[in-house]
Amino acid sequence: MSEQAQANIAQDGHDHDAHDHEHHDNFITKYIFSTDHKTIAKQYLISGIIWALIGGALSTIFRLQLGFPEASLEWLRPLLGGWITNTGTLDPEFYLALVTMHGTIMVFFVLTAGLSGTFSNFLIPLQIGARDMASGFMNMLSYWFFFIASVIMFVSLFLETGPAGGGWVIYPPLSALPQAISGSGMGMTLWLIAMVFFIASTLMGGINYIATVINMRTKGMTFSRLPLTIWAFFLTAIIGLLSFPVLFAAALLLVFDRSFGTSFYLSEIYIGGEALPNVGGSPVLYQHLFWFLGHPEVYIVLLPALGITSEIIATNSRKPIFGYKAMIISMLGITILSFIVWAHHMFVSGMNPFLGSIFMLLTLIIAIPSAVKVFNYLTTLWKGNIKFTPAMLFSIGLVSFFISGGLTGIFLGNSAIDIQLHDTYFVVAHFHLVMGSASFFGLLAGVYHWFPKMFGRMMDAKLGYIHFWLTFVGVYLIFFPMHYIGIAGFPRRYYSFTNFDAFSAFGDLNVFVSIAAIVTFFAQFIFLFNFFYSMFRGRKATANPWKSNTLEWTTPLVPGHGNWPGKIPYVYRWPYDYSKPGAEDDFIPQNVPHTETGSSNLPHENELIEEEKALKAEESQA
Amino acid sequence: MNAEEIKMDRPKQILSMHPQKFALWLFIVSVMMMFAALTSAYIVKQADNNWLLFDMPDAFVYTSIVIVLSSVTMHWAYLSAKKDNIPQAKAAVLSTFVLGIIFLIGQYQSWSELVEMDVYFVGNPAGSFIYVLTGLHGLHLISALIFLFIVFIAVFRYKVHSKRLNRIEMCTTYWHFLGGLWLYLYFFLLLNS
Repeated sequence: MSEQAQANIAQDGHDHDAHDHEHHDNFITKYIFSTDHKTIAKQYLISGIIWALIGGALSTIFRLQLGFPEASLEWLRPLLGGWITNTGTLDPEFYLALVTMHGTIMVFFVLTAGLSGTFSNFLIPLQIGARDMASGFMNMLSYWFFFIASVIMFVSLFLETGPAGGGWVIYPPLSALPQAISGSGMGMTLWLIAMVFFIASTLMGGINYIATVINMRTKGMTFSRLPLTIWAFFLTAIIGLLSFPVLFAAALLLVFDRSFGTSFYLSEIYIGGEALPNVGGSPVLYQHLFWFLGHPEVYIVLLPALGITSEIIATNSRKPIFGYKAMIISMLGITILSFIVWAHHMFVSGMNPFLGSIFMLLTLIIAIPSAVKVFNYLTTLWKGNIKFTPAMLFSIGLVSFFISGGLTGIFLGNSAIDIQLHDTYFVVAHFHLVMGSASFFGLLAGVYHWFPKMFGRMMDAKLGYIHFWLTFVGVYLIFFPMHYIGIAGFPRRYYSFTNFDAFSAFGDLNVFVSIAAIVTFFAQFIFLFNFFYSMFRGRKATANPWKSNTLEWTTPLVPGHGNWPGKIPYVYRWPYDYSKPGAEDDFIPQNVPHTETGSSNLPHENELIEEEKALKAEESQA
Repeated sequence: MNAEEIKMDRPKQILSMHPQKFALWLFIVSVMMMFAALTSAYIVKQADNNWLLFDMPDAFVYTSIVIVLSSVTMHWAYLSAKKDNIPQAKAAVLSTFVLGIIFLIGQYQSWSELVEMDVYFVGNPAGSFIYVLTGLHGLHLISALIFLFIVFIAVFRYKVHSKRLNRIEMCTTYWHFLGGLWLYLYFFLLLNS
């Protein structure tokens, strides 16, 4: 047992002597209503995994329909009941609901809450050297609001009229009129209620992340020494803080249109020959408001994954990250640009074409910071002493998806090409690679990398490799053919293509995609087994299994509430001193002062020693 | 390590700002974004045809005066607490609370005026927007009143004084923000109608 672990036990012993019993953790305060950021992170992770399973399962059902439109799905009746029609096919409206819920669950519940919620919570205090978040109570509240949102969304899956069915973007008038499809009835109402709780949860979480990063860094942890993970989480939280209130405003007006009869988004609509009373609204207004959140949301999902990847690639290449400042500047650039490109989702909405050209230009500018990031990942890997841990493989996989999915973004950002490609499977392929799969790989990479810190045990590497290769190959097999299907003109969200002669030539491609999707979905059970088995039976981890520099590895193996049993370490250097020439080891943790590394100091670092002495004296006194 | 120790053992801060005050500012930013979204939606919608034109209710003039006054009394409360003049602080907080309630009643009156002008919540979006903007602002003001009530009780228990200003300071910030927000909304509506 390491010294630190023993110190931790000594600390626990000390706690028993203390006389404030109300602070003692029982099961409920420790595992359920916990204010410890690490426990909250694990709660987010487990909830995210459950949602990912549900979201993935929904996609296998609609892939069955798309790949095998003629097949009888009678065998699904025990699960889906009335949603299987008398002829044994999937109910078309339920198909729409499946697509909608798959999108909603994956974007919001898995890749926003599951990713940011897990890793911002887990890593921010640990990597900046803080005992906990700025407000542990608000952090707990944030999770429980997410939990309420989850419960409501989950319940909506079992409604007789089905869950929301208007697409995850819930464009009115389809989503505003219950008479339009059954999915715009109670299911849509519950969707909106769930999202209100979700937005509240995200805002509370985001306020906490920003306040913590700005106010609670340990001594010496300047912004230019922050790990890139923290920069990414910080900027993600800022994006969320600025964009989620706008979604709230959009949803609020939609609620008024749906439930109170206002006409913000509705105008001159006839249903069954009857004119509705609504006059004066505009559905494009909703699209503007929605995409003002919707586009930044892409980066809310992606930036944390990119931050995690920066950290893992630098650690496992045993090299400093290439272009640390360039990484920060490009993330800042992406943050700002993400707010001024939203109308590229609306090129064919009847918007002024001149406006389209401006948004096209702004959109294409995003290629620059994205390319800088890709370049920096590749140059970090270049001639590195690469350790192919499962986390590293998933990070490299992320870079691969970011490139292949990002390139098609340049096509779609062109307002002229978008006329052909809009709402086809090309778009589906594009965002599933660059945002869906890339972020999902970032999430998995993070789990493999920080599992030892979360549970004190290692995940099985061999199972990790099998999981990686099946998933990596699977993702490309699913989404690469989709580009062809999209260029051929297949519109997304169609229930079946059997009625169109033009599409029959591509039928077998859809079969192929469906088989790949189902195999890839089942490959995730390898991860699930590995995750839960390793949690209890995995090999015991060492204090710093990846020989990493950041502060979380200076805590005890399984840190208690408060993270460091003694005082919080001070920081003397940036987090990427890997393979520094002249150093004893190939890594120098952030809390090692330059006085102790005379052999490897650069000239300007020797000058820092004088300044450090005061800090060092203070640290030893504290 | 228990919660109390965790609170005590925070490292010295690099940027010395009270985390809760900072969080309040972040909350204010998110509220601002929501109203920015609604007012820009208003501008976008206004560019369409069949936009209903009507005069703003007179009640808005009075409520604007009331909310400016309440900001003055709120600040007076803060300054009195800072000078440890507790009786004065009590009076100031109480008058802010009363003015806040008068403001809300006035806003409700403005809705009646709108109805008399045949501008309804359900109908032309030009009217609906006014109800949404005033209603949402009113809801935030109710939250500020709850906050103020908590401060009010704290003042009466002598828990607000020159050494413990955080709570009343945050309340003042929020109150000023909501006052400013209302003036922004009022001038925005005046200039755009």
